[in-house]
Amino acid sequence: MNHTSLLPTLFRTEYGKIVAVITRHFGLEHIEIAEDITSETFLLAAETWGKKGIPENPSAWLYTVAKNKAKDYLKHHQIFSEKVAIEIQNTHRNIQTYEPDLSNENIKDSELRMLFAICHPCLTIESQIGLALRILFGLGIEEIAEAFLSNKEAINKRLHRAKDKLKKENVSLEIPNDTEINHRLSAVHATLYLLFNEGYHSTTHNRPLRKEICFHALYLAHHLAEYKKTNTPDLNALISLMCFHASRFEARIQNGEPILWEDQEHSLWNQELINTGEIYLNRSARGDQLSKYHLEAAIAYWHTQTHDEPEKWQNILQYYNILLQIEYSSIAALNRTYALFKVEGPQKALVEIRKLGLEENHLYHALLGHLFQINDSNSAITCFEESYRLAKTEADKKIIQNKIDILKLQMAKLSSRA
Amino acid sequence: MNEFMMIFRMSPMGDYQPTPSQIQESIKHWQDWIGGIAAQGKFVSTNQLGFTGKTLLPGGVVTDGPYAEVKEIVGGYIIVKAAAIDEALLLAAGCPVLAMGGNVEVRDIMRLNA
Repeated sequence: MNHTSLLPTLFRTEYGKIVAVITRHFGLEHIEIAEDITSETFLLAAETWGKKGIPENPSAWLYTVAKNKAKDYLKHHQIFSEKVAIEIQNTHRNIQTYEPDLSNENIKDSELRMLFAICHPCLTIESQIGLALRILFGLGIEEIAEAFLSNKEAINKRLHRAKDKLKKENVSLEIPNDTEINHRLSAVHATLYLLFNEGYHSTTHNRPLRKEICFHALYLAHHLAEYKKTNTPDLNALISLMCFHASRFEARIQNGEPILWEDQEHSLWNQELINTGEIYLNRSARGDQLSKYHLEAAIAYWHTQTHDEPEKWQNILQYYNILLQIEYSSIAALNRTYALFKVEGPQKALVEIRKLGLEENHLYHALLGHLFQINDSNSAITCFEESYRLAKTEADKKIIQNKIDILKLQMAKLSSRA
Repeated sequence: MNEFMMIFRMSPMGDYQPTPSQIQESIKHWQDWIGGIAAQGKFVSTNQLGFTGKTLLPGGVVTDGPYAEVKEIVGGYIIVKAAAIDEALLLAAGCPVLAMGGNVEVRDIMRLNA
């Protein structure tokens, strides 16, 4: 791999770790300094590796350079190091010997603290997602702007304001105490869930999947699982559902085209991820609170089962019934209607779908078309065409066009036989 | 959007003891009906009432109720969102209590001005 493709990957995996560790010791109020030091490290890597080739252990190289830059910074900024000295003296006896600790343990711990700080209730969800993508996921401003359908200036402003807010509220890098932790964990779970979804759906990208974002969300969720205080049933359910969804990544795209579940190559499903998902699903089955994560994980479990037995869709229908009572979403409403169709047939589903009030949603028309296509191909095509008109992304339009083409082909074959 | 409460009433079932699979069937019917309302984005909350009932009467008298000589028992309620009571009545259609000889009372919930 040449350095031009290795660096972006390393940026996404290592940037967050280095920023988290340096910020841990300098303090959250100095996060920009940590970001600068880390960016300079990567800049030096780009320059040096281009000329001298990629080092044997690229991560270790990055850590060494970052460490030295952090030490230099303290040496040359006397006032700063005096302010920061107290913080550092908690872990090191002498600021002269201070060195950022980039061991696996400290990286994990620092990333978790950064995650809690970023998912602070004082920030809006957009700010939390933006900060997470920038700091923990190492995404560039342009990439974040794309994800939010925004521009660089707006994103920079948002991130700047978010960091200012954290400073104003005196947020510090720590795992919340026992009284606060449940409340704070909800926010962390919600943000990780949104981040995973962002990577999974990526409606704004030409590539339908941003796998790295999904796996990084899973990676951070695993951190939470390793600590007793944060290893909750909800978290286990969240990890489970992420594993189940991620297990089909390889099968979801063929030659850049999105492939629907029913057409996927089952051999491309990642069995290890499915197994891991099942383990976490079992672990989540403790306590007495059923969360939306539990329900989504249970539904996702059934989608790893390929046999179309009645039990599968009856279970999925019941899970959606409960999920919708916990939290309504138009996607859940449509998926529930599909499950109803599988259990009770198209006539019942056609009655219920019209009550949903989702005529502005392209998926509504796609499902309506699907319900019609058994007995009424013409109506089905009309619905699919409306769905095509409302669909916003190229990937979605392609899927619908495929359906139209297949249906028209079927109709042509039938009429040529008549 | 306004909120309406549906109150489920039925005659006491006396000695009727449903089997586990009948209970399962019943749960499924209720969840399907409520799920249908939730899919429309009109669900607010619901509760099933249990079987420990006591009634406090004026003068501090407490009776074991509501079972004594009462023709109908409240089994539970659901709160839904609807523009008007007729829309709420439409949502009430298909309520499993109706198939058990019971009825659904639909009431508007008053909004208290702060």
